[in-house]
Amino acid sequence: MSAPAMTAAAPAAGTRASGIRFEGVSVAYGDTVVLDSLDLTVEPGEVMALLGPSGSGKTTALRAVAGFVTPASGRVFIGDRDVTGLPPYKRGVGMVVQQYALFPHMKVEDNVAFGLKAQKAPRGEIGGRVAEALRMTGMDAYAGRYPRELSGGQQQRVAIARALAIQPDVLLLDEPLSALDAQLRAGMLAELARLHRELPDLSILYVTHDQVEALTLADRIAVMDKARLRDCGTPQELYRRPATEFTASFVGNANLLRVAVADGAASLDGTRLEVSGDVTGTEGTLCVRPHLVGLGDGPNALRGAVTGLQWRGSSHRVTVAVAGQEVTAEVRELRTPPGLGDEVTVHFAAEDAHLLPQGGALRG
Amino acid sequence: MADATTTEPRLRQPRDTATGGSWAGKMPGAKRRGRGRTQAWLWALPPVAVLALVFLYPLALVIQQSFTTDMGETSAEPYSEVFASQAFRDALGTTVWLAVGSTIGCLVLGFVLATIVAFVPFPGSRAVAKFIDVFLSFPSFLITLALLFIYGTVGMANGIWTDATGASAGPIDFLTTPWGVLLAEVTFFTPFVMRPLLAAFSQLDTAQLEVASSLGARPLRIIRQIILPEALPALGAGGALVLVMTLNEFGIVLFTGAKDVTTLPMLVYSKAILESDYTAACVVAVVNIAISVGLYSLYRVVSRRAGA
Repeated sequence: MSAPAMTAAAPAAGTRASGIRFEGVSVAYGDTVVLDSLDLTVEPGEVMALLGPSGSGKTTALRAVAGFVTPASGRVFIGDRDVTGLPPYKRGVGMVVQQYALFPHMKVEDNVAFGLKAQKAPRGEIGGRVAEALRMTGMDAYAGRYPRELSGGQQQRVAIARALAIQPDVLLLDEPLSALDAQLRAGMLAELARLHRELPDLSILYVTHDQVEALTLADRIAVMDKARLRDCGTPQELYRRPATEFTASFVGNANLLRVAVADGAASLDGTRLEVSGDVTGTEGTLCVRPHLVGLGDGPNALRGAVTGLQWRGSSHRVTVAVAGQEVTAEVRELRTPPGLGDEVTVHFAAEDAHLLPQGGALRG
Repeated sequence: MADATTTEPRLRQPRDTATGGSWAGKMPGAKRRGRGRTQAWLWALPPVAVLALVFLYPLALVIQQSFTTDMGETSAEPYSEVFASQAFRDALGTTVWLAVGSTIGCLVLGFVLATIVAFVPFPGSRAVAKFIDVFLSFPSFLITLALLFIYGTVGMANGIWTDATGASAGPIDFLTTPWGVLLAEVTFFTPFVMRPLLAAFSQLDTAQLEVASSLGARPLRIIRQIILPEALPALGAGGALVLVMTLNEFGIVLFTGAKDVTTLPMLVYSKAILESDYTAACVVAVVNIAISVGLYSLYRVVSRRAGA
């Protein structure tokens, strides 16, 4: 997809920048609560990723914004407008779903024009806005084709063009790249990032279970699990300073070590460890990313036997048993890797070792 | 690693599956093909013989009889006589309008009901969908009988009216008119439209409907522009089936007791059984068959062109 410049006629939401606000939104099917008291704000122009495993409630949250599920309690706002009781067709949101959901009997241009006609846009404007939306997504050369004549990636671009053509207040993306292969997905991620740079006032709620998509695209990530919001922050905050064990393990790989805490420092098997984070209480969980763990002597050195060794081309993944716990180090390919059972030393810097907050409280 | 001295495994000679075994591989090609063809014919013979006996031969007799005059000569004269008769023209007109009317009614009602059952969540919608399957197995006279109970001259509706007003007779007296036949046929044949529609709707990606709604489309626009176009092949299939079935419907017309409603099947019955005019009956039957086959062929051509 090329990178065309925005023109005056471009479908931009810039004049009506609106965010999304969940106020204590709960959704239940019978006795099963699928979304539990969600409080979350997506700022105007922000890309918020809802990240979580299947059944975590992230898609339900998105559908509550779109109007396809009715909250049992709580309110949903788009901008200052309370849309909780509004039918979907009155909410003015663009939506892109995993399987594209293009209308198979309509040509690409008719798919993109559908929303404009439904909203009774002036006839004279429809052609220009369709052309501009297709140009933005690089699909202008395919306007006369049917969806069945397009590849998966092209269909997804048409779906995005269709959502953008109506100049939505907010754009809802429900696992939009899940149906694409890895190569196409990487390309589309870059295209979505470029699209958001062109439409900086468009608020995007992006549902995904893929941490790479969330880390790449989002301004902030809301981590969800078991119908609840577990953590929310910038990708860097969540990755470097996770608030909960779930966030630490779901957003990137992590060594989670049970440690004792005393005198402003942690200790493992009698070894004093200099760490960052909430160094209070008597015990805690230490989070260290595998690629920040080194082999050999250094600060916070721990000694143990090698229990696992994986060669990954450019790197080695070495797992070491330390005081009954496992520490994994992801290091550059070793010329002479240790054998299983060999005694080795691993170490990590104090600023790379983050002691999780007690009780896993949400960051403010 | 394979040993260097290991010999490559030998490929087995392919068996000639078409002719049943490896022994055929020893036979010359043309002779083998000829024998295979003979075997195929031998297999086809029993079903063809049964078909000829129970269907083709009687059909041929009907066609032959339709070209046989009272003097026993072969001629197209019986057709001229039947086509010239007012009774035939009336029956033809009645048959066509009842069939077309019923088909349109079934398509409209079937589409509305199937759309509600498939897309409007209500308690028992699954049970309703299952009941449609059961309904298809009901005999047509049962529906007519049920309508007689409700709308007949001494039926429930008139009973309520006479009880309420003290009148000697109720105002509802349409079941023995063409409109009564139309109502019975629409009632009975609507599930034949609903069944393929429900199957088609089950294949429809509901995300399309949701996305359309998020784009600002109200329910009627979604039905018109998303659901209806995708339902067209199923509507065509159901409609063609109903059209052919209503053209040939006999039981409903007979059971309503509508004396003035004479369709082509009723005319065949009256000519053959009541008047013993077998030649005229056969002519009407052949016309009826020709219309049915013609319409079905037309449907096949149209649906193939539409890519259904």
